[in-house]
Amino acid sequence: MKIVGLSGSNVGSKTRTAMDYTVKSIKENHSEVEVTLIDLADYDLQFSDGRNYLEYKGDTGYVVQTIMEADAIIIGTPIFQASIPATLKNIFDLLPVNAFRDKVVSMYATAGSQKHYLIIEQQLKPIVSYMKAQIVQSYVFIEEKDFQRKEIINEDVFFRIDRLVEDTVVLTETYKKIREAQEAAYDF
Amino acid sequence: MEKYRIDQSKGLEFGIYTLGDHLPNPLTGERISAEQRIHEIIDYAKLADQAGIDFFSVGESHQEYFATQAHAVVLSAIAQATEKIKIASSSTIISTSDPVRVYENFATLDLISKGRAEIIAGRASRVGLFDLLGYNIRDYEELFEEKFDLLRQINEENIVNWSGEFRAPLRDAQVLPRPQSGSMPIWRAVGGSPASAMKAGYAGVPMFMAHLGGPVSVFKQTIDAYRGAAERGGFDPTELPVSTAGFFYAAETSQQALKDMYPHINEGMKRTNGQGFPKQHFAQGVDPQNVMNIGSPQEIIEKMLYQHEQFGHQRYIAQIDFGGMPYDKLMKNIEIIGTEILPAIKKHTAKK
Repeated sequence: MKIVGLSGSNVGSKTRTAMDYTVKSIKENHSEVEVTLIDLADYDLQFSDGRNYLEYKGDTGYVVQTIMEADAIIIGTPIFQASIPATLKNIFDLLPVNAFRDKVVSMYATAGSQKHYLIIEQQLKPIVSYMKAQIVQSYVFIEEKDFQRKEIINEDVFFRIDRLVEDTVVLTETYKKIREAQEAAYDF
Repeated sequence: MEKYRIDQSKGLEFGIYTLGDHLPNPLTGERISAEQRIHEIIDYAKLADQAGIDFFSVGESHQEYFATQAHAVVLSAIAQATEKIKIASSSTIISTSDPVRVYENFATLDLISKGRAEIIAGRASRVGLFDLLGYNIRDYEELFEEKFDLLRQINEENIVNWSGEFRAPLRDAQVLPRPQSGSMPIWRAVGGSPASAMKAGYAGVPMFMAHLGGPVSVFKQTIDAYRGAAERGGFDPTELPVSTAGFFYAAETSQQALKDMYPHINEGMKRTNGQGFPKQHFAQGVDPQNVMNIGSPQEIIEKMLYQHEQFGHQRYIAQIDFGGMPYDKLMKNIEIIGTEILPAIKKHTAKK
């Protein structure tokens, strides 16, 4: 099973801090999973110009192809201006419409205040479900006060991320079985 | 329909098209050489000609896993190897070519083939060729419209005066040679959406419509939208031919047809588009209401007649060779088309 952890911003540190813990949690608890971390701050990405994702070169090509090869994607996003960052939206624009068909997508948000709790529900979920993802329904919401100098200081955040990781792995395994059973039902 | 060399008294035209893809056979993992692939395409056209098939076309795609980038050159070899079959491009990406050069190539092809050549011009479903050939993707729409208009003007006028944004102007220019009968059929390739079809209608040009799969009723709406737009644009829709194109595979039973074709389509789509074809969608392809012509010869005949009744189209072209389909399977399909499907289709669609 291939999981990509996608840290969706090139500004700030909270999402990356949470993503580092997410990757650690996958490695410690699910050794069978091959995990790749993509922090959009580390790549020089071009804006989508409408071409097929296979035709992008360089960093852009690497990022979209790594996402397309994954069985599951854990998206971490900060909240900017009461919405997802442009860097993350650009990733969706670079991908084909049914990019997440047969993939599991789970997500968490880091935000300055509680006011943004529903941004994932109202903005991120509609996009990934349009792109045909199997969504892990519960998500993690992490606030400014849960961090201190690039460390997570609220134990509950660790518990919640661990649960998100476990749900992602279980749903991916289950969905794979469902799909295999469905495909086997066709005799061609 | 005379202008487009279509004689409806002979019934629905049946054609073959290839994208010129050069993919491994998913069952063996082996990929023939580009040389062999090109020769097989020429032989395939030759067989189609001998089987009495009306039309054969070759596509242009500038990316990995394709072998007919220079499709006019391949068509030239086909012109020489065949006698009666009409030959065309499906499609020529006019946006990233010079219409003068395209016209010179295809008019020459028309002379080599003694009046059998046509041009089908499209906008490219994959846009990597814009970088390769030095064009800006931001001009996608305008490049096509301007160059397609110029191509048509060259076809209709012996002396061309023209100016535009993407090419040097033409002053009293003669584009030579002229095709055998002075002009040649030029079609607009349409991806299947009503908006795109309506553009062809408003321009009053024949529509060549590709559809991978889906319900007949949806594509009927697109064709109706095309004819409606043509009428509003001041053209007579009964004078404008429509061609449909899609996956085709005949075998003893529909189950066998699905089994034979699915791995090629699925693996081929993965390599060329990045995503496979879901089995669920493909399984629906054998339904009588689905546009994919996959099944037993009798089932295909019934599907094609139903589609003809719904679409009222003048030509259907089949894609059989996608995804490394082995040559013996192509030969078998051509044989089935020639001996079983064509006679039945012609008999039932000939306009008296």
